[in-house]
Amino acid sequence: MNAASPHIDPPLAMLAELTYRCPLRCPYCSNPLEMIAASGEMDTGQWLGVIEEATDMGVLQIHFSGGEPTVRQDLEDMVERAEALGIYTNLITSGVLIDQARLEGLADRGLQHIQLSFQGTEEAGADRIGGFRGGHRKKLETARLAGEIGLPLTINAVMHRQNMDDLESMIQMAVDFGAKRLEVAHVQYYGWGLRNRAALVPTREQLEHATEIIEAARERLKGILVFDYVVPDYYARYPKSCMGGWGRQFLNVTPSGRVMPCHAAETIPDMTFDSVRKRPLLDIWEQSEAFTRFRGTGWMPEPCRSCDRREIDWGGCRCQAMAIAGDPAATDPACAKSPIHARMSMLIEDALATARADGSNEATTFVYRRIAAVQEPV
Amino acid sequence: MAAAVTIGEASVPHLPRGVRLKFDKPRDQWVLLAPERMFVLDDIALEIVKCCDGKASVAAIADDLSARFEAPRDTVTNQLQDFADKGVMAA
Repeated sequence: MNAASPHIDPPLAMLAELTYRCPLRCPYCSNPLEMIAASGEMDTGQWLGVIEEATDMGVLQIHFSGGEPTVRQDLEDMVERAEALGIYTNLITSGVLIDQARLEGLADRGLQHIQLSFQGTEEAGADRIGGFRGGHRKKLETARLAGEIGLPLTINAVMHRQNMDDLESMIQMAVDFGAKRLEVAHVQYYGWGLRNRAALVPTREQLEHATEIIEAARERLKGILVFDYVVPDYYARYPKSCMGGWGRQFLNVTPSGRVMPCHAAETIPDMTFDSVRKRPLLDIWEQSEAFTRFRGTGWMPEPCRSCDRREIDWGGCRCQAMAIAGDPAATDPACAKSPIHARMSMLIEDALATARADGSNEATTFVYRRIAAVQEPV
Repeated sequence: MAAAVTIGEASVPHLPRGVRLKFDKPRDQWVLLAPERMFVLDDIALEIVKCCDGKASVAAIADDLSARFEAPRDTVTNQLQDFADKGVMAA
């Protein structure tokens, strides 16, 4: 079916979304709008099986994520198994549920690294964005503990119009905690982020200022702090190489065991995703409809198909094409070559005008993430 | 505040916690696994990393590799400095 990629390498990394449960309610959460509750989650044995299948395929890194993965009391068992099998383990966490004993226990089981999210650097604002009082203070404590234990730390700062002024202090905070990496992640506008776009989208002035700050800090902190920074799509000239290409390097397993090329792929309405409960992981990766649909370059329309960047950005982001163009197979509208590229800046103008009109720099305009009682098919 | 690592002849390099050398069998290559990143190593980089045991100095590593592979000394230093700048080498 896909002549452009006859040989398929195994994925480099697996995102294991152990649960959608999370005490935070961030209005840009990457989890889907409709989330399953705890009763639909895979149990310990099923997850250990997935980890073994991933190892056999050649996955090199596993990112334990969620929701908040430390909600699961069997996280330790999974870390231990993955490390025993030689996979590099990473914990992506809000840090609000971890105490010293738990963090030490995870490190003892072999956990290699934690990525800790912050919603800002100022307590009231950060707690308002996360929708969880006391969260920021707990995160500070977790960052300090990671340093004390010597666990390598990345700070993840999701940035948007309402916290962009915290960027300089976020960089300083990362340095002070001894973090080696800082991910400055602009909000991605799918799912919850899309719902809250008017409240979150930065102005062009903010974005330009942020980019200047990052460029200066990158130079100043060379060898001390590594920056991971991507310009938000809405202001981009070329699309991002989303997930390093669809079905090329990465897979995502949801709490119930569905396997997806990226964590937002469910925003494409006509996709069907296989479950590891019913089909081997390798088979899903190599053969399933979801993974082959946009793999390689054979699916591309013009102008992508003949573009000399087609194997640089692999057509950008299919979820973005869905969200903006209404067609997951369209040229990513973030690309300047897209016939509807102008729509991106119109959407920003609309969002900012909406914000000005109703004063939505304030908290009241967030639609906070919540788990509705939806049972997804397994 | 942590200081940036500057690699000199007297430095004693080693992989920091959270960075691991691994043979990636399915793709037939050696990689450094690091927090949410990986680096594919070419033959020279691999030999350099294998020497970084926390005991040998850069001078000793450069002596060894120049004898075995005729690798220029500054190839060793530059490679190690590049790794240090990326946060995957301590000294």
